[in-house]
Amino acid sequence: MIPEQPTTPPPPPRRRGFDWRRALVPGLISSLSILVVFGGLAWLIAGNENWPRIQRQFFSLDHMLAALPRVAWGFLTNMKVWLIAMACIGVWALLLAVIRSLRGPWFAPFRLMVVLYIDLFRGLPALLLVILFGFGIPALRIPGLPSSGLFWGGFAMVLSYSAYVCEIYRAGIDAVHEGQRAAAKALGLNEGQVMLYAILPQALRNAVPSLMNIVVALQKDVALLSVIGVRDAVREAQIYTSSTFNYSSMVVAALLFLLATIPMARLADWVTHRDRVRRLQLAG
Amino acid sequence: MIEIRGLTKYFGEHLVLDRVTLDVAKHEVVCLIGASGSGKSTLLRCINRLIEPDWGSIRLDGVAVEDPSWGKTGLQRRVGIVFQSYNLFPHMRVIDNIMLAPRKVRGLSRVEAHDKAMAVLALFGMERFARAYPEQLSGGQQQRVALARALAGEPEVLLLDEVTAALDPELVGEVMAAIRGLKAQGLTMVIVTHEMGFARDLADRVCFLDGGRIVEEAPPGALFNAPEHPRTRQFLERLLEGGRL
Repeated sequence: MIPEQPTTPPPPPRRRGFDWRRALVPGLISSLSILVVFGGLAWLIAGNENWPRIQRQFFSLDHMLAALPRVAWGFLTNMKVWLIAMACIGVWALLLAVIRSLRGPWFAPFRLMVVLYIDLFRGLPALLLVILFGFGIPALRIPGLPSSGLFWGGFAMVLSYSAYVCEIYRAGIDAVHEGQRAAAKALGLNEGQVMLYAILPQALRNAVPSLMNIVVALQKDVALLSVIGVRDAVREAQIYTSSTFNYSSMVVAALLFLLATIPMARLADWVTHRDRVRRLQLAG
Repeated sequence: MIEIRGLTKYFGEHLVLDRVTLDVAKHEVVCLIGASGSGKSTLLRCINRLIEPDWGSIRLDGVAVEDPSWGKTGLQRRVGIVFQSYNLFPHMRVIDNIMLAPRKVRGLSRVEAHDKAMAVLALFGMERFARAYPEQLSGGQQQRVALARALAGEPEVLLLDEVTAALDPELVGEVMAAIRGLKAQGLTMVIVTHEMGFARDLADRVCFLDGGRIVEEAPPGALFNAPEHPRTRQFLERLLEGGRL
Protein backbone atom coordinates (compact mmCIF):
# COMPACT_ATOMS: atom_id res chain seq x y z
CA MET A 1 0.00 0.00 0.00
CA ILE A 2 1.49 3.33 -1.11
CA PRO A 3 0.91 6.09 1.42
CA GLU A 4 -1.28 8.90 0.14
CA GLN A 5 0.63 11.55 -1.83
CA PRO A 6 -0.13 15.28 -1.74
CA THR A 7 -1.73 16.48 -4.96
CA THR A 8 0.93 19.12 -5.71
CA PRO A 9 4.71 18.86 -5.28
CA PRO A 10 6.11 20.65 -2.22
CA PRO A 11 7.36 24.22 -2.85
CA PRO A 12 11.07 24.87 -3.52
CA PRO A 13 13.10 25.42 -0.34
CA ARG A 14 13.08 29.03 0.85
CA ARG A 15 16.29 30.85 0.02
CA ARG A 16 18.05 31.80 3.15
CA GLY A 17 19.03 35.46 3.51
CA PHE A 18 22.69 36.41 3.67
CA ASP A 19 24.01 35.10 6.97
CA TRP A 20 26.59 37.60 8.28
CA ARG A 21 27.84 35.37 11.01
CA ARG A 22 28.47 32.47 8.64
CA ALA A 23 30.31 34.69 6.15
CA LEU A 24 32.19 36.80 8.66
CA VAL A 25 33.83 34.24 10.89
CA PRO A 26 35.90 32.37 8.22
CA GLY A 27 36.75 35.71 6.60
CA LEU A 28 38.02 37.10 9.90
CA ILE A 29 40.06 34.01 10.60
CA SER A 30 41.78 34.01 7.21
CA SER A 31 42.53 37.77 7.43
CA LEU A 32 43.98 37.33 10.87
CA SER A 33 46.10 34.38 9.77
CA ILE A 34 47.44 36.30 6.76
CA LEU A 35 48.25 39.26 9.00
CA VAL A 36 50.11 37.09 11.51
CA VAL A 37 52.17 35.17 8.94
CA PHE A 38 53.10 38.07 6.66
CA GLY A 39 53.48 40.50 9.54
CA GLY A 40 55.86 38.05 11.18
CA LEU A 41 57.89 37.68 7.99
CA ALA A 42 58.08 41.47 7.53
CA TRP A 43 59.16 41.92 11.13
CA LEU A 44 61.87 39.28 10.71
CA ILE A 45 63.22 40.85 7.53
CA ALA A 46 63.01 44.49 8.55
CA GLY A 47 64.38 43.69 12.01
CA ASN A 48 67.49 42.11 10.49
CA GLU A 49 70.59 44.18 11.11
CA ASN A 50 71.53 43.89 7.41
CA TRP A 51 68.19 45.15 6.13
CA PRO A 52 69.11 48.82 5.69
CA ARG A 53 72.08 47.79 3.53
CA ILE A 54 69.92 45.46 1.45
CA GLN A 55 67.38 48.21 1.02
CA ARG A 56 70.00 50.68 -0.13
CA GLN A 57 71.57 48.17 -2.52
CA PHE A 58 68.39 46.82 -4.15
CA PHE A 59 65.44 49.06 -3.39
CA SER A 60 66.83 52.58 -3.46
CA LEU A 61 64.06 54.76 -4.87
CA ASP A 62 66.52 57.38 -6.16
CA HIS A 63 68.51 54.85 -8.09
CA MET A 64 65.36 53.22 -9.38
CA LEU A 65 64.03 56.48 -10.76
CA ALA A 66 67.39 57.33 -12.25
CA ALA A 67 67.63 53.99 -14.03
CA LEU A 68 64.02 53.80 -15.15
CA PRO A 69 64.23 55.71 -18.48
CA ARG A 70 67.11 53.72 -19.94
CA VAL A 71 65.84 50.37 -18.58
CA ALA A 72 62.36 51.08 -19.93
CA TRP A 73 63.90 52.00 -23.28
CA GLY A 74 65.74 48.67 -23.26
CA PHE A 75 62.54 46.91 -22.32
CA LEU A 76 60.96 48.30 -25.47
CA THR A 77 63.61 46.33 -27.40
CA ASN A 78 62.58 43.21 -25.45
CA MET A 79 58.96 43.72 -26.46
CA LYS A 80 59.84 44.30 -30.11
CA VAL A 81 62.01 41.20 -30.32
CA TRP A 82 59.35 39.25 -28.46
CA LEU A 83 56.58 40.20 -30.90
CA ILE A 84 58.63 39.60 -34.04
CA ALA A 85 60.07 36.32 -32.77
CA MET A 86 56.59 35.16 -31.75
CA ALA A 87 55.24 35.74 -35.25
CA CYS A 88 58.21 33.97 -36.89
CA ILE A 89 58.03 31.01 -34.48
CA GLY A 90 54.29 30.65 -35.00
CA VAL A 91 54.64 30.35 -38.77
CA TRP A 92 57.89 28.39 -38.98
CA ALA A 93 56.87 25.83 -36.34
CA LEU A 94 53.50 25.33 -38.01
CA LEU A 95 55.22 24.59 -41.29
CA LEU A 96 57.48 22.05 -39.55
CA ALA A 97 54.53 20.41 -37.80
CA VAL A 98 52.55 20.09 -41.02
CA ILE A 99 55.52 18.53 -42.81
CA ARG A 100 55.97 16.12 -39.94
CA SER A 101 52.30 15.09 -40.13
CA LEU A 102 52.22 14.40 -43.87
CA ARG A 103 51.65 10.72 -44.43
CA GLY A 104 52.70 9.99 -48.02
CA PRO A 105 55.86 7.87 -48.46
CA TRP A 106 57.34 10.57 -50.72
CA PHE A 107 57.54 12.92 -47.78
CA ALA A 108 59.80 10.58 -45.78
CA PRO A 109 63.01 12.65 -46.28
CA PHE A 110 61.23 15.84 -45.20
CA ARG A 111 59.73 14.13 -42.15
CA LEU A 112 63.22 12.91 -41.26
CA MET A 113 64.61 16.43 -41.63
CA VAL A 114 62.03 17.80 -39.22
CA VAL A 115 62.77 15.06 -36.69
CA LEU A 116 66.49 15.86 -36.88
CA TYR A 117 65.77 19.57 -36.57
CA ILE A 118 63.71 19.03 -33.42
CA ASP A 119 66.28 16.72 -31.87
CA LEU A 120 69.04 19.21 -32.58
CA PHE A 121 67.44 22.46 -31.46
CA ARG A 122 65.54 21.06 -28.53
CA GLY A 123 68.71 19.37 -27.34
CA LEU A 124 70.84 22.55 -27.31
CA PRO A 125 70.65 25.31 -24.67
CA ALA A 126 69.07 28.44 -26.12
CA LEU A 127 71.92 30.44 -24.54
CA LEU A 128 74.50 28.47 -26.52
CA LEU A 129 72.62 29.06 -29.76
CA VAL A 130 72.31 32.78 -29.06
CA ILE A 131 76.06 33.09 -28.48
CA LEU A 132 76.89 30.86 -31.45
CA PHE A 133 74.71 32.80 -33.91
CA GLY A 134 74.93 36.24 -32.32
CA PHE A 135 78.73 36.37 -32.16
CA GLY A 136 79.64 33.67 -34.68
CA ILE A 137 77.83 34.66 -37.83
CA PRO A 138 78.55 38.42 -37.77
CA ALA A 139 82.21 37.46 -37.23
CA LEU A 140 82.20 35.62 -40.57
CA ARG A 141 81.61 38.94 -42.36
CA ILE A 142 79.84 37.20 -45.24
CA PRO A 143 78.66 39.90 -47.63
CA GLY A 144 74.89 40.02 -48.07
CA LEU A 145 74.14 38.59 -44.64
CA PRO A 146 72.98 40.93 -41.89
CA SER A 147 75.74 41.59 -39.39
CA SER A 148 73.60 42.71 -36.47
CA GLY A 149 73.88 40.67 -33.30
CA LEU A 150 70.26 41.51 -32.57
CA PHE A 151 69.15 39.86 -35.81
CA TRP A 152 71.17 36.68 -35.35
CA GLY A 153 70.35 36.42 -31.67
CA GLY A 154 66.67 36.68 -32.50
CA PHE A 155 67.20 34.15 -35.27
CA ALA A 156 68.69 31.70 -32.76
CA MET A 157 65.70 32.20 -30.44
CA VAL A 158 63.34 31.44 -33.32
CA LEU A 159 65.25 28.26 -34.23
CA SER A 160 65.28 27.05 -30.64
CA TYR A 161 61.69 27.87 -29.73
CA SER A 162 60.29 26.54 -33.02
CA ALA A 163 61.45 23.06 -32.07
CA TYR A 164 59.25 23.16 -28.96
CA VAL A 165 56.33 24.86 -30.63
CA CYS A 166 56.43 22.37 -33.51
CA GLU A 167 55.91 19.58 -30.99
CA ILE A 168 52.98 21.46 -29.44
CA TYR A 169 51.35 21.87 -32.84
CA ARG A 170 51.97 18.22 -33.63
CA ALA A 171 50.34 17.11 -30.37
CA GLY A 172 47.38 19.29 -31.36
CA ILE A 173 47.23 17.62 -34.77
CA ASP A 174 47.49 14.14 -33.27
CA ALA A 175 44.69 14.95 -30.83
CA VAL A 176 42.20 15.48 -33.66
CA HIS A 177 40.05 12.37 -33.84
CA GLU A 178 40.94 9.91 -36.59
CA GLY A 179 37.29 9.93 -37.72
CA GLN A 180 37.69 13.55 -38.82
CA ARG A 181 40.43 12.54 -41.23
CA ALA A 182 38.36 9.60 -42.50
CA ALA A 183 35.31 11.83 -43.02
CA ALA A 184 37.31 14.47 -44.89
CA LYS A 185 38.99 11.85 -47.07
CA ALA A 186 35.67 10.18 -47.82
CA LEU A 187 34.33 13.53 -49.02
CA GLY A 188 37.04 13.48 -51.66
CA LEU A 189 39.38 16.12 -50.21
CA ASN A 190 43.05 15.61 -51.06
CA GLU A 191 45.70 15.36 -48.37
CA GLY A 192 46.46 19.08 -48.34
CA GLN A 193 42.78 20.00 -48.15
CA VAL A 194 42.15 17.46 -45.38
CA MET A 195 44.90 19.18 -43.38
CA LEU A 196 43.85 22.73 -44.20
CA TYR A 197 40.10 22.53 -43.77
CA ALA A 198 39.49 19.64 -41.38
CA ILE A 199 42.56 19.02 -39.20
CA LEU A 200 44.47 22.28 -38.69
CA PRO A 201 41.63 24.48 -37.41
CA GLN A 202 40.91 21.90 -34.72
CA ALA A 203 44.60 21.29 -34.03
CA LEU A 204 45.29 25.00 -33.47
CA ARG A 205 42.41 25.22 -31.05
CA ASN A 206 43.85 22.24 -29.18
CA ALA A 207 47.27 23.86 -29.07
CA VAL A 208 46.30 27.31 -27.79
CA PRO A 209 46.66 26.67 -24.02
CA SER A 210 50.17 25.21 -24.40
CA LEU A 211 51.15 27.94 -26.84
CA MET A 212 50.20 30.58 -24.29
CA ASN A 213 52.76 29.16 -21.88
CA ILE A 214 55.44 29.36 -24.55
CA VAL A 215 54.50 32.97 -25.24
CA VAL A 216 55.07 33.83 -21.57
CA ALA A 217 58.36 31.92 -21.46
CA LEU A 218 59.60 33.65 -24.61
CA GLN A 219 58.80 37.05 -23.15
CA LYS A 220 61.42 36.47 -20.46
CA ASP A 221 63.93 34.51 -22.51
CA VAL A 222 64.41 37.40 -24.91
CA ALA A 223 66.68 38.69 -22.12
CA LEU A 224 69.20 36.04 -23.20
CA LEU A 225 70.12 38.40 -26.03
CA SER A 226 71.73 40.70 -23.45
CA VAL A 227 74.77 38.36 -23.33
CA ILE A 228 75.64 39.19 -26.94
CA GLY A 229 75.46 42.91 -26.24
CA VAL A 230 71.89 43.67 -27.31
CA ARG A 231 70.87 46.66 -25.19
CA ASP A 232 67.69 45.20 -23.78
CA ALA A 233 66.31 45.91 -20.31
CA VAL A 234 68.70 43.53 -18.56
CA ARG A 235 71.74 44.87 -20.41
CA GLU A 236 70.79 48.49 -19.66
CA ALA A 237 70.27 47.65 -16.00
CA GLN A 238 73.68 45.95 -15.96
CA ILE A 239 75.34 49.00 -17.46
CA TYR A 240 73.76 51.18 -14.79
CA THR A 241 74.89 48.77 -12.08
CA SER A 242 78.47 48.68 -13.29
CA SER A 243 78.81 52.46 -13.05
CA THR A 244 77.00 52.95 -9.71
CA PHE A 245 77.49 49.62 -7.91
CA ASN A 246 73.80 49.68 -7.07
CA TYR A 247 71.44 46.89 -8.06
CA SER A 248 68.17 48.83 -7.92
CA SER A 249 68.23 49.10 -11.71
CA MET A 250 67.99 45.29 -11.86
CA VAL A 251 64.93 45.43 -9.64
CA VAL A 252 63.41 47.96 -12.05
CA ALA A 253 64.00 45.54 -14.93
CA ALA A 254 62.49 42.74 -12.84
CA LEU A 255 59.39 44.83 -12.14
CA LEU A 256 59.00 45.64 -15.83
CA PHE A 257 59.19 41.94 -16.70
CA LEU A 258 56.59 41.11 -14.07
CA LEU A 259 54.37 43.89 -15.34
CA ALA A 260 54.40 42.22 -18.77
CA THR A 261 54.36 38.52 -17.87
CA ILE A 262 51.77 38.47 -15.09
CA PRO A 263 48.91 39.69 -17.30
CA MET A 264 50.03 37.20 -19.97
CA ALA A 265 50.03 34.39 -17.41
CA ARG A 266 46.52 35.36 -16.26
CA LEU A 267 45.42 35.41 -19.89
CA ALA A 268 46.93 31.95 -20.39
CA ASP A 269 45.06 30.67 -17.32
CA TRP A 270 41.83 32.13 -18.62
CA VAL A 271 42.28 30.64 -22.08
CA THR A 272 43.08 27.24 -20.59
CA HIS A 273 40.06 27.45 -18.33
CA ARG A 274 37.77 28.40 -21.20
CA ASP A 275 39.15 25.54 -23.27
CA ARG A 276 38.52 23.08 -20.43
CA VAL A 277 34.94 24.27 -20.05
CA ARG A 278 34.42 23.84 -23.79
CA ARG A 279 35.79 20.30 -23.71
CA LEU A 280 33.67 19.34 -20.72
CA GLN A 281 30.59 20.64 -22.47
CA LEU A 282 31.45 18.62 -25.53
CA ALA A 283 31.99 15.49 -23.47
CA GLY A 284 28.72 15.96 -21.59
CA MET B 1 26.93 -1.94 -59.85
CA ILE B 2 29.36 -3.05 -57.11
CA GLU B 3 31.17 -6.35 -57.58
CA ILE B 4 33.27 -7.61 -54.69
CA ARG B 5 35.39 -10.70 -55.35
CA GLY B 6 37.48 -12.69 -52.88
CA LEU B 7 38.05 -9.70 -50.60
CA THR B 8 40.53 -10.56 -47.83
CA LYS B 9 41.97 -8.30 -45.16
CA TYR B 10 44.28 -8.93 -42.22
CA PHE B 11 44.82 -6.61 -39.29
CA GLY B 12 48.22 -7.95 -38.31
CA GLU B 13 47.71 -11.68 -37.85
CA HIS B 14 43.97 -11.33 -37.39
CA LEU B 15 41.86 -12.25 -40.41
CA VAL B 16 39.03 -9.67 -40.58
CA LEU B 17 37.69 -10.37 -44.06
CA ASP B 18 37.92 -13.85 -45.52
CA ARG B 19 37.30 -14.18 -49.27
CA VAL B 20 34.15 -12.04 -49.28
CA THR B 21 32.20 -12.06 -52.53
CA LEU B 22 29.19 -9.81 -52.93
CA ASP B 23 27.27 -8.08 -55.72
CA VAL B 24 25.12 -5.01 -55.24
CA ALA B 25 22.81 -4.02 -58.09
CA LYS B 26 21.80 -0.46 -58.94
CA HIS B 27 18.97 0.82 -56.70
CA GLU B 28 19.48 -2.13 -54.38
CA VAL B 29 19.71 -1.81 -50.59
CA VAL B 30 21.94 -4.42 -48.97
CA CYS B 31 22.20 -4.72 -45.20
CA LEU B 32 25.22 -6.30 -43.53
CA ILE B 33 24.50 -7.80 -40.13
CA GLY B 34 26.57 -9.84 -37.71
CA ALA B 35 28.25 -9.71 -34.33
CA SER B 36 30.82 -7.03 -33.46
CA GLY B 37 34.14 -7.89 -35.05
CA SER B 38 32.59 -9.93 -37.84
CA GLY B 39 34.11 -7.60 -40.45
CA LYS B 40 31.02 -5.63 -41.52
CA SER B 41 32.50 -2.16 -41.11
CA THR B 42 35.82 -3.19 -42.63
CA LEU B 43 34.01 -4.50 -45.70
CA LEU B 44 32.11 -1.22 -46.01
CA ARG B 45 35.24 0.91 -45.68
CA CYS B 46 37.02 -1.11 -48.34
CA ILE B 47 34.39 -0.01 -50.87
CA ASN B 48 35.45 3.66 -50.74
CA ARG B 49 39.10 2.83 -50.00
CA LEU B 50 39.24 4.12 -46.45
CA ILE B 51 40.78 0.68 -45.89
CA GLU B 52 42.91 -1.08 -48.51
CA PRO B 53 42.21 -4.84 -48.71
CA ASP B 54 45.12 -7.30 -48.86
CA TRP B 55 43.61 -9.56 -51.53
CA GLY B 56 40.65 -9.57 -53.89
CA SER B 57 38.95 -6.87 -55.92
CA ILE B 58 36.13 -4.35 -55.76
CA ARG B 59 34.72 -3.01 -59.00
CA LEU B 60 32.31 -0.13 -59.43
CA ASP B 61 30.53 -0.34 -62.79
CA GLY B 62 33.26 -2.69 -63.98
CA VAL B 63 36.18 -0.42 -62.97
CA ALA B 64 38.41 -1.49 -60.08
CA VAL B 65 38.25 1.03 -57.21
CA GLU B 66 42.04 1.36 -57.13
CA ASP B 67 42.18 2.06 -60.88
CA PRO B 68 44.18 5.25 -61.54
CA SER B 69 41.52 6.44 -63.99
CA TRP B 70 39.41 7.47 -60.97
CA GLY B 71 41.87 10.24 -60.27
CA LYS B 72 42.25 11.60 -56.79
CA THR B 73 38.58 12.04 -55.97
CA GLY B 74 36.53 10.31 -58.66
CA LEU B 75 35.61 7.38 -56.45
CA GLN B 76 34.68 9.56 -53.47
CA ARG B 77 32.36 11.58 -55.71
CA ARG B 78 30.36 8.46 -56.54
CA VAL B 79 30.46 6.74 -53.17
CA GLY B 80 29.38 8.59 -50.03
CA ILE B 81 29.70 7.35 -46.46
CA VAL B 82 28.07 8.19 -43.13
CA PHE B 83 29.70 7.11 -39.88
CA GLN B 84 28.43 5.92 -36.52
CA SER B 85 29.99 8.92 -34.75
CA TYR B 86 28.75 11.48 -37.36
CA ASN B 87 32.27 12.93 -37.73
CA LEU B 88 30.96 16.38 -38.57
CA PHE B 89 33.64 19.07 -38.48
CA PRO B 90 33.04 20.74 -35.10
CA HIS B 91 34.63 24.05 -36.09
CA MET B 92 32.28 24.61 -39.02
CA ARG B 93 28.64 25.55 -39.09
CA VAL B 94 26.23 22.96 -40.47
CA ILE B 95 26.01 24.77 -43.79
CA ASP B 96 29.81 24.97 -44.13
CA ASN B 97 30.15 21.28 -43.30
CA ILE B 98 27.88 20.51 -46.22
CA MET B 99 29.31 23.09 -48.64
CA LEU B 100 32.95 22.03 -48.14
CA ALA B 101 33.06 19.10 -50.57
CA PRO B 102 30.89 20.68 -53.30
CA ARG B 103 33.12 23.77 -53.24
CA LYS B 104 36.57 22.26 -52.83
CA VAL B 105 36.11 18.94 -54.63
CA ARG B 106 33.52 19.63 -57.29
CA GLY B 107 34.47 23.28 -57.75
CA LEU B 108 30.98 24.74 -57.35
CA SER B 109 30.69 28.47 -56.70
CA ARG B 110 29.70 29.67 -53.22
CA VAL B 111 26.17 30.41 -54.37
CA GLU B 112 25.70 27.09 -56.15
CA ALA B 113 27.12 25.16 -53.21
CA HIS B 114 24.90 27.07 -50.79
CA ASP B 115 21.77 26.31 -52.84
CA LYS B 116 22.78 22.66 -53.08
CA ALA B 117 23.41 22.48 -49.32
CA MET B 118 20.08 24.07 -48.44
CA ALA B 119 18.33 21.64 -50.81
CA VAL B 120 19.81 18.56 -49.13
CA LEU B 121 19.15 20.00 -45.67
CA ALA B 122 15.53 20.50 -46.68
CA LEU B 123 15.40 16.84 -47.62
CA PHE B 124 15.83 16.00 -43.93
CA GLY B 125 13.90 18.96 -42.51
CA MET B 126 17.10 20.54 -41.18
CA GLU B 127 17.12 23.95 -42.98
CA ARG B 128 16.53 25.75 -39.68
CA PHE B 129 19.85 24.54 -38.34
CA ALA B 130 22.03 25.69 -41.24
CA ARG B 131 23.76 28.34 -39.10
CA ALA B 132 24.17 26.11 -36.04
CA TYR B 133 27.36 24.40 -34.94
CA PRO B 134 27.26 20.59 -34.74
CA GLU B 135 27.69 20.54 -30.94
CA GLN B 136 24.47 22.54 -30.58
CA LEU B 137 22.45 19.73 -32.20
CA SER B 138 21.12 16.46 -30.83
CA GLY B 139 22.66 13.21 -32.00
CA GLY B 140 19.79 12.52 -34.36
CA GLN B 141 20.05 15.98 -35.88
CA GLN B 142 23.82 15.65 -36.27
CA GLN B 143 23.39 12.34 -38.03
CA ARG B 144 20.85 13.88 -40.41
CA VAL B 145 23.37 16.64 -41.16
CA ALA B 146 25.98 13.94 -41.82
CA LEU B 147 23.55 12.30 -44.26
CA ALA B 148 22.97 15.65 -45.94
CA ARG B 149 26.74 16.22 -46.17
CA ALA B 150 27.23 12.84 -47.85
CA LEU B 151 24.36 13.48 -50.26
CA ALA B 152 25.51 16.98 -51.25
CA GLY B 153 28.15 15.26 -53.38
CA GLU B 154 25.35 13.50 -55.29
CA PRO B 155 26.80 10.02 -54.79
CA GLU B 156 25.36 7.02 -56.61
CA VAL B 157 26.18 4.70 -53.75
CA LEU B 158 25.76 5.52 -50.07
CA LEU B 159 27.53 3.52 -47.39
CA LEU B 160 26.03 3.69 -43.90
CA ASP B 161 28.23 2.48 -41.05
CA GLU B 162 26.01 1.77 -38.00
CA VAL B 163 24.50 5.21 -38.33
CA THR B 164 22.00 4.70 -35.52
CA ALA B 165 24.28 2.89 -33.06
CA ALA B 166 25.37 6.03 -31.18
CA LEU B 167 21.87 7.48 -30.90
CA ASP B 168 19.48 7.45 -27.96
CA PRO B 169 16.60 5.06 -28.74
CA GLU B 170 14.06 7.86 -29.18
CA LEU B 171 16.26 9.52 -31.82
CA VAL B 172 16.77 6.40 -33.95
CA GLY B 173 13.38 6.82 -35.64
CA GLU B 174 14.09 10.22 -37.25
CA VAL B 175 17.33 8.98 -38.82
CA MET B 176 15.68 5.78 -40.05
CA ALA B 177 12.88 7.80 -41.62
CA ALA B 178 15.47 9.88 -43.46
CA ILE B 179 17.14 6.75 -44.83
CA ARG B 180 13.79 5.26 -45.83
CA GLY B 181 13.22 8.41 -47.90
CA LEU B 182 16.52 7.81 -49.70
CA LYS B 183 15.52 4.26 -50.58
CA ALA B 184 12.31 5.58 -52.06
CA GLN B 185 14.42 7.77 -54.35
CA GLY B 186 16.25 4.71 -55.61
CA LEU B 187 19.65 5.37 -54.06
CA THR B 188 21.93 2.33 -53.96
CA MET B 189 22.91 1.68 -50.33
CA VAL B 190 25.10 -0.70 -48.38
CA ILE B 191 24.13 -0.54 -44.72
CA VAL B 192 25.89 -1.96 -41.69
CA THR B 193 23.38 -2.09 -38.86
CA HIS B 194 22.51 -3.64 -35.52
CA GLU B 195 18.87 -2.65 -35.88
CA MET B 196 17.26 -5.82 -37.17
CA GLY B 197 13.87 -4.15 -37.55
CA PHE B 198 15.53 -1.60 -39.80
CA ALA B 199 17.19 -4.30 -41.91
CA ARG B 200 13.97 -6.27 -42.21
CA ASP B 201 12.02 -3.18 -43.17
CA LEU B 202 14.46 -1.59 -45.61
CA ALA B 203 16.77 -4.16 -47.15
CA ASP B 204 16.30 -5.89 -50.46
CA ARG B 205 18.88 -8.38 -49.30
CA VAL B 206 20.51 -9.12 -45.97
CA CYS B 207 23.99 -10.61 -45.58
CA PHE B 208 25.00 -12.23 -42.32
CA LEU B 209 28.73 -12.03 -41.64
CA ASP B 210 30.57 -14.27 -39.23
CA GLY B 211 34.35 -14.43 -38.75
CA GLY B 212 34.95 -12.30 -41.83
CA ARG B 213 32.82 -14.41 -44.16
CA ILE B 214 29.35 -13.91 -45.57
CA VAL B 215 27.79 -17.13 -44.30
CA GLU B 216 24.25 -16.42 -45.40
CA GLU B 217 22.68 -14.07 -47.89
CA ALA B 218 18.93 -13.84 -48.48
CA PRO B 219 15.97 -11.45 -48.72
CA PRO B 220 15.08 -10.20 -45.24
CA GLY B 221 11.88 -12.26 -44.96
CA ALA B 222 13.73 -15.49 -45.62
CA LEU B 223 16.78 -14.71 -43.53
CA PHE B 224 14.93 -13.53 -40.43
CA ASN B 225 12.09 -16.06 -40.54
CA ALA B 226 13.90 -19.16 -41.76
CA PRO B 227 17.65 -18.81 -41.36
CA GLU B 228 19.44 -21.75 -42.93
CA HIS B 229 22.92 -21.52 -41.49
CA PRO B 230 23.32 -22.61 -37.83
CA ARG B 231 25.48 -19.51 -37.06
CA THR B 232 22.76 -17.20 -38.37
CA ARG B 233 20.17 -19.03 -36.30
CA GLN B 234 22.34 -18.75 -33.21
CA PHE B 235 22.93 -15.01 -33.78
CA LEU B 236 19.23 -14.27 -34.28
CA GLU B 237 18.23 -16.37 -31.28
CA ARG B 238 20.63 -14.43 -29.11
CA LEU B 239 19.16 -11.15 -30.31
CA LEU B 240 15.69 -12.53 -29.62
CA GLU B 241 16.72 -13.41 -26.05
CA GLY B 242 18.19 -9.93 -25.64
CA GLY B 243 14.84 -8.49 -26.71
CA ARG B 244 16.35 -6.78 -29.72
CA LEU B 245 14.28 -8.47 -32.39
